[in-house]
Amino acid sequence: MVEHSLHLKDLRISLGDELLFHLDAEIKAGEVLSVMGPSGSGKSTLLNAISGFLSPRFTCEGQILLDGQDVTHQDPSLRKIGLMFQDPLLFPHMSVEDNLLFALPRGGSKHERCEKVREKLRAVNLEELGPRDPLTLSGGQQSRIALMRLLLSNPRALLLDEPFSSLDVELRARVRQFVFAQARENRLPVLMVTHDQADAEAAGGPIINLLNHK
Amino acid sequence: MHMTNRALNILFWAAPFLVILLLTAPLLAGLLGVAAPALGYFPTLGGLELTWDHLHKAMHVPGFWHSVHLSIWIGLATTLISFVIVVGFFAAFWDAPIFGKITRFISPLMSVPHAAAAFGFAFLFAPSGWLIRILSPWATGFDRPPDWLIINDPLGYALLAGLVLKEVPFLFLMCLTAASQINVDQRLKLARTLGYGRIWAWLTVVMPALYRQIRLPIFAVIAFSSSVVDVALILGPNLPPSLPVQILRWMNDPDIEMRFVAAAGAVFQLAATLVALLIWRLLEMLCSYLMRQMQTKGMRHQNDQILRGLFSGTMLTLVLISMASLIILGIWSLAGYWRFPEALPRSMNFSRWMENAPYFWGPTFNAIQIGIVATLISVGQTLICLENECRHNIRLTQKALRLIYLPLIVPQIAFISGISILLVRYGLDGSFWPVALMHVVFVFPYTYLALEASFHDLDPRYMQTAAALGKSQNRIFFQIKLPMLLRPILTALALGFAISVAQYLPTLLIGAGRVPTITTEAVALASGGDRRLIGIYALVQTLLPAVGFALALALPKLLYPNKIYFAKQREA
Amino acid sequence: MRKNRFFRSPAAKQLALASIIALGAPTHALAQDQAPDPANWESVLEQAQGQTVYFNAWGGAPNINNYIAWVGDKLKAEYGVTLEHVKLEDTATAVSRVITEKAAGRDSGGSVDLIWINGENFAAMKEQGLLIDDNWAEQLPNYQYADIEGKPTLTYDFTVPVEGQESPWGMAQLTFYYDSEILPEPPTSLEGLATWAEENPGRFTYAAPPNFIGTTFLKQVLYGVVDDPSILREPATKDVFDEATAPLWTYLEEIKPHLWRDGAIYAKDTTQLKNLLADGEIDIAMTFNPGEASSAINAGELPPSVRSFVMDYGSMGNSHFVTIPYNANAKAGAMVVANFLLSAEAQARKADENVWGDPSVLAINALPAEQKAYFDALELGAATLQGEEFGKTLLEPHASWATMLEEEWSKRFMRDM
Repeated sequence: MVEHSLHLKDLRISLGDELLFHLDAEIKAGEVLSVMGPSGSGKSTLLNAISGFLSPRFTCEGQILLDGQDVTHQDPSLRKIGLMFQDPLLFPHMSVEDNLLFALPRGGSKHERCEKVREKLRAVNLEELGPRDPLTLSGGQQSRIALMRLLLSNPRALLLDEPFSSLDVELRARVRQFVFAQARENRLPVLMVTHDQADAEAAGGPIINLLNHK
Repeated sequence: MHMTNRALNILFWAAPFLVILLLTAPLLAGLLGVAAPALGYFPTLGGLELTWDHLHKAMHVPGFWHSVHLSIWIGLATTLISFVIVVGFFAAFWDAPIFGKITRFISPLMSVPHAAAAFGFAFLFAPSGWLIRILSPWATGFDRPPDWLIINDPLGYALLAGLVLKEVPFLFLMCLTAASQINVDQRLKLARTLGYGRIWAWLTVVMPALYRQIRLPIFAVIAFSSSVVDVALILGPNLPPSLPVQILRWMNDPDIEMRFVAAAGAVFQLAATLVALLIWRLLEMLCSYLMRQMQTKGMRHQNDQILRGLFSGTMLTLVLISMASLIILGIWSLAGYWRFPEALPRSMNFSRWMENAPYFWGPTFNAIQIGIVATLISVGQTLICLENECRHNIRLTQKALRLIYLPLIVPQIAFISGISILLVRYGLDGSFWPVALMHVVFVFPYTYLALEASFHDLDPRYMQTAAALGKSQNRIFFQIKLPMLLRPILTALALGFAISVAQYLPTLLIGAGRVPTITTEAVALASGGDRRLIGIYALVQTLLPAVGFALALALPKLLYPNKIYFAKQREA
Repeated sequence: MRKNRFFRSPAAKQLALASIIALGAPTHALAQDQAPDPANWESVLEQAQGQTVYFNAWGGAPNINNYIAWVGDKLKAEYGVTLEHVKLEDTATAVSRVITEKAAGRDSGGSVDLIWINGENFAAMKEQGLLIDDNWAEQLPNYQYADIEGKPTLTYDFTVPVEGQESPWGMAQLTFYYDSEILPEPPTSLEGLATWAEENPGRFTYAAPPNFIGTTFLKQVLYGVVDDPSILREPATKDVFDEATAPLWTYLEEIKPHLWRDGAIYAKDTTQLKNLLADGEIDIAMTFNPGEASSAINAGELPPSVRSFVMDYGSMGNSHFVTIPYNANAKAGAMVVANFLLSAEAQARKADENVWGDPSVLAINALPAEQKAYFDALELGAATLQGEEFGKTLLEPHASWATMLEEEWSKRFMRDM
């Protein structure tokens, strides 16, 4: 298993002349960095910068290093950084299996690819969901499939954007557990943006508040 | 793989420029081709000097100013009445069950071509029409048709009614699309909890946002109804006719001098449409001022039962009239001898359909081909332009794209004849492709209008998710955006097809009569006034777009069976 | 036979196709420079072989369209000419198209090969040089049977000399018709018509000029009120026109209040007049085609009790023709079509009221026996006038009268602001 790491080196993001935040952090494989802060503090801007969707209105200085490689200005589709939002966002026109196949990198025969997907589903006991329409799944199931989809694309890091806030309390703990376990298992650095103290504590990693990084 | 990707990227980058060129170049060329002869320059007809004479001559034709006045008045009145009916109905019944029912009836009405609707209207309301036949003689005492001036009345009320019948469904669908953009339910809830009456709540909190979205379609309605030709020929006044019909007469005058006057008339038509738009703009300003005044007074207008009744009554009547128009067209297409005041013909049979089937098949096939080509090009271009906007976030292009709506605002009759001269010059008239491309000029603005909102509405996080999964932009476009937008794309295709099928002037003038479509044939036959044939052609003309809309509804379910996503999307 | 076999082989087809593509343009251009010579009919037939003729003709009447389709089938079978009927809403559309092409400099390979035409449209095209210059029509083989002696309108189209620049196709005579069950005795004089209209308000109208039938009605009335009809054959001057037409305007303004819709609007054309009569809105309609009433009875559009009449002082008559524009693409083919339209077979079928009911331009009694037989088989319906009943034919006035009548009518009867 490869050890991945995400390093935000002297990262400064500003809108016009106003500096939003200045961050320097290193996330090791399997570690979760929780980022907190009130709305407007720049949480989603930070995620956009790392994933590559920063609007040109912002300026970004410093470096984003993924496994030691500078990806600051790389095309988002080449970065291999997995994204998970509050909503699972499974593609509604594809079956669960198709969603997963879509994420799987190129290569292999059709049969091999399907087998890989099934194996992944089996591993988390969701095998029977393969042919289903994603919109018929429960919220917890959708979230777990979304994570599986992400992992199948062989990411080098995970970004979580309020990933559990649409789930009810009971489910929330279980899904959270599941996500962090998978991240550790795959040796992925995780950056999680949240406003929920419980989420941040459950992650067991360092917690930073963007307000303290002006 | 890499090559195709690069080619695609270049295509996306260049698309907006190409589109603007493709749409505005014919327009400008056409306007020039009309302005020159209007000012006397048309060398082959002996016009070499610039002169105001032709403009003067047009102005001094008996009834000219009346024609101009008619065009402006019809353009404004049609739009105002249709607008009030549609917005009133939306305001009164947005969350009522009747809204859904009416919506289901309104969408199919979009596919009825203007000319067909106009004929149906005339067959229904003429003094010898179906309505009076049904009521006679037992209720009216008439055993011969009353000598009432209803159709072709000098002030154009029949024309007005016929146009309203068609513009209401159009504005209705445009409002429906717009309403899905602006979170109507939340806004309404807020105002209603503050104690505002249903209609007044809508007008104060929804209307301002909604209006911004439907402004362009409204301008298109003004321009269209102030310059409409086919409906005016059927229902409009003829002593004098409205300006566009008068121009057509001049164009067709055997006296070749009159072609200069026709060009001059086209210039006046352009001006008349602009005046109508300008007056509307002033009305807008007045209304927004009045609204602001009234809003601040805090009135709640809770008692709106009468108004609501009025709006539901009007809308129901419109739907009923439209349905009855189609039925009467059907009856005439089957009718044998039918004496007044009998309510139904003495005999009905399919012999006319059988006799004419071999003749309408060719033109129908042409219309289908042209429609499919023009619509595919238009929707393709629309998607490419929208994708490009999204990728490069170029504001300028966005603004320049507004130019594409010009073909909706500039009256067809003011520039088509100008283009046809150019095309003839380079031997490009009279064949399939020029006609199909000319249709694109008129279809594209509508497909753009129809798709723009849905495209922007698509949750960008889907695309971000896919990109994060390592997919290229082109792959995301084809595998995520297109399928997710399947329903709006199909609706845009159906709408574009309907627009293409209904094109008369461009098909006639660019096609040089060699590319007959069901519409050009229908108008030619209509000049003969044979009501049985008119019934047949009008129905065939209606059926084509209707099939398109039906396919647009059915295809997603066929292509993606059992997908909740497509089932729960609202048709709009 | 050998030739046939050769052309069936695929290689030969390809070769032929290639040579058509390679040589198509230049031979095409050469053929345009000179109109084919109908005196050498064999060569015309040869050139016509395989051509497509775009026949621009009014497409408003299904029976006429069906007749043209029949002509197309015949031509295809007998001469290898393909006939495409370009259905027009107005003949002037075709004239416009030729003008547009001339304006754009397309002097050959034009899109209009043959036009159904007469009167003002012919005069305009002739004057503008938009027609073939030569006298081609009189050299068509079938022209020899045209009734030149008995039908002066075949040589003067609205007083404009035809000079073989258009080929005769059919005859027209202003004919009134009515339902004899509703109106037993129709008025056949102008005074009678005026009195009847006054007694039966709202039961009469005419088409608004410049519609063809409307203008013709004005001329018909003008003939009835003018002192000296011979002045109508000369170009109109303002003074002569004002004096001659004064009683016409008096007459029209007198009947106006008693017309259908109080004279606020007028009918659009002959077909609307027919529909109005069919619905019982009016009692007297008019047409230029003497066979129209019978034809409409056969088609179930009018009741069988409809009959025709003409005014007692004569009625306006003229002829309609087909002509070939100067830049037509398939001139030889167009001549073959024009010639076939003149044949006894085509003329007789056209005169058949179950088909169209348009009177023939041929001198039927001069035809060879086997051709005359086509006409002997025809039966005229009860609503069609025959021979003597038509009375005197009033010739079309000089074209300038029509223009001035239309203008003056507009001034007097058009609503203005």
